[in-house]
Amino acid sequence: MEFDFAEEQPKFLMLMYGLIAFVVVVGGLLLLLDVVPAWFARRREAQLVAASASGAPLPRRRRQGEGLFALFFLLPTLLLLTVGLVVPAIRTTLLSFMDAGSTNWVGLRNYGWMFSDDSIVRVLINTLVWVVLVPLIATGFGLIYAVLVDKARFEAVAKSLIFLPMAISFVGASIIWKFVYAYRGEGDQIGLLNQIVVSLGGEPKQWLLESPLNTLLLIVIMVWIQAGFAMVVLSAAIKAIPGDIVEAARLDGVSPWQMFWQITMPSIRPALIVVVVTLTIATLKVFDIVRTATNGNYDTSVIASEMYNQAFRYGQNGQGSALAVFLFILVIPVVIYQIRNLRQQREG
Amino acid sequence: MAVFTRPRQAFVIAGVLGLALSATACGTGDDKKSNNAGSAECAAYDKYEGHDGKKVSIYASIRDAEADLLRNSWKSFEDCTGIEIDYEGNAEFEAQLPVRVDGGNAPDLAFVPQPGLVKRFADAGKLKSLGADTKTMAEQNLPADWLKYGTVNGTLYGVPLGANVKSFVWYSPKLFKEKGWTVPTSWDDLIKLSDTIAASGIKPWCAGIESGDATGWPATDWIEDVILRTQGPEVYDQWTTHAIPFNDPRIVDAVNRAGTILKNEKYMNGGFGGVKSIGTTAFGEAGLPVTTGKCAMHRQASFYANQFPEGTKVAEDGDAFAFYFPAIDTAKGKPVLGAGEFVVGYTDRPEVQAVQTYLASAEYVNSRAKLGNWVTANNKLDIANVASPIDKLSVQILQDKSGIFRFDGSDLMPAAVGAGTFWKGMVEWINGKDTASVLQGIESSWK
Repeated sequence: MEFDFAEEQPKFLMLMYGLIAFVVVVGGLLLLLDVVPAWFARRREAQLVAASASGAPLPRRRRQGEGLFALFFLLPTLLLLTVGLVVPAIRTTLLSFMDAGSTNWVGLRNYGWMFSDDSIVRVLINTLVWVVLVPLIATGFGLIYAVLVDKARFEAVAKSLIFLPMAISFVGASIIWKFVYAYRGEGDQIGLLNQIVVSLGGEPKQWLLESPLNTLLLIVIMVWIQAGFAMVVLSAAIKAIPGDIVEAARLDGVSPWQMFWQITMPSIRPALIVVVVTLTIATLKVFDIVRTATNGNYDTSVIASEMYNQAFRYGQNGQGSALAVFLFILVIPVVIYQIRNLRQQREG
Repeated sequence: MAVFTRPRQAFVIAGVLGLALSATACGTGDDKKSNNAGSAECAAYDKYEGHDGKKVSIYASIRDAEADLLRNSWKSFEDCTGIEIDYEGNAEFEAQLPVRVDGGNAPDLAFVPQPGLVKRFADAGKLKSLGADTKTMAEQNLPADWLKYGTVNGTLYGVPLGANVKSFVWYSPKLFKEKGWTVPTSWDDLIKLSDTIAASGIKPWCAGIESGDATGWPATDWIEDVILRTQGPEVYDQWTTHAIPFNDPRIVDAVNRAGTILKNEKYMNGGFGGVKSIGTTAFGEAGLPVTTGKCAMHRQASFYANQFPEGTKVAEDGDAFAFYFPAIDTAKGKPVLGAGEFVVGYTDRPEVQAVQTYLASAEYVNSRAKLGNWVTANNKLDIANVASPIDKLSVQILQDKSGIFRFDGSDLMPAAVGAGTFWKGMVEWINGKDTASVLQGIESSWK
């Protein structure tokens, strides 16, 4: 393979511009965050010094200036949220009441279609299966692993083994698992799963073709990725349980079983909720795995992938938007629960 | 916590600003190409002159090596006219194009392979109708039935560019010679040959319909070819325009006939497994066993020639070649199924029109064909410029005035059916679902 540096020069130039732009933007932001508060702190310091020297009463903190300051930092976020989230959400909701080309109002027809079309009902059921199983299994695995590995030898190594898949993208993970499930009609099996089946004397199977088994096999991929996240968060929570409580329980002579249910579980409840909620939201939005592994064929489609297909590939904007809105509605209660929960913790 | 100590801050700020300034200074350097207009080689481009320094953006699904060929094919046009063609190819083209267009970021020109998509944009008022020059050029150089596919409600929007012939069955001339098999010329011969091959212990057919996002399309081509052969072009047209239901008994009949090959465990699927393995075999790999003798025949379009590994001789006496997918009912003639892409314009600035006109011209089609691996329905193409035997055969078929040509049906249908339920339905069909309920499902999705 020949490589001519001079010919590739424009690309390197572009790369350099990109790096410079990155340094300018990120460096600039860091500077801003560093310089501005420091300046305010210094001014306040000077004021305090001057006030104490003259013997006058200490000046009150000027709340008004800080409010403006906060607004200054909030404004870009608010602006971007409005442009990037609020406006599209409203537009999507409006589009979901319109036809494929977004020209005529059709009322609730798209929603009617969603709950009457057999293939879409299948999609909704699949999503439900995902949402029930993934958070449950991933959190369960993560929790058991975190408890078992806690304070064990080589804890760090054992934990990083489970955490590693987190570093792989969903698409990458799906491709890896597609190889695991791969099938060859004749000759040597290249798929791990089929090789195991064959060496046990069985017939190789086309795993991803059989519903509902295939949905479960796809769920395995998501669990494989997310169990590490659950494990890390829960492990940190377990480590944060005050030592004296554990000590006291030990002195009272609890069994490991009692320790788990009466000390560990209540103590890590907030972390557990965070993990389950985060996983639930991530699972509702699952798209990459299904798209990469089966592309929604063989009855494996879920809401997010069907939404993409309807809106972008089939040109059915109305139906796609209706699916998007439905997904949005499904996420809302989870988010509300999470916010309430956070608030209770802060108050309590 | 302070990130920087105070004296250093000045250095950092100065450094960052300095870099930023030097970057913008670099950016202003312009490498403007000199314009060779007036030289002898440029005489052919005289009529496109007058747009020096203008830019035209083109968006299409063609990428990598094929895209480089495209860029080369219009290089001298760019040099002579001074029009810069900014080409971008995207694997997600069909999904991204509507996003770009609706988002107000439409390209100047796009190569759309689906008349259904052309219609959708035209109906939404996004497309510009062809300029007078382009229209004249297209009408002179392209067959009327091809222009029909670029026409929506009587207005011509798309100029046919590349084309391919789909009614081909790939086989290995070497293997056929060795075993004493002859190329079949009728459906009955084809079935007889399949049985002979199956009896000899080789699976006669191989097929694969996995194609990522587009999984299922190769099976739709099978169905379309069989409908054209059993029912003729009129019924085919009624079917693609939904004048008859998708599950009309005649269509059911044709799908079942395709099933006698595709869903026949005795015939399928050379080197890959049983019938169900068709669903998970990548379409690009599906025909390769033809060259290794694991299967004997593979029905796929002319462009499949590019899929064979380097060094494969694609010729009538080579490792792989294709024969015409035989007619079933001789009274219905020798129909040909094909496809191609259409150049549509989202803007109609003069330089954009110049490029669009050029792409329909004799200069362009010949300059592209000389680079290889390309076929068009444009009748100004000199067959002497086409090197590969399979491309030659395709051009002959396309330029044959007595042939009955029909465009790929799934590309003509609305995307929700043609690229949606039809593809999906074929996947389910291969996976074991019965013909009637698959076609019923597709029919109910067509609104």
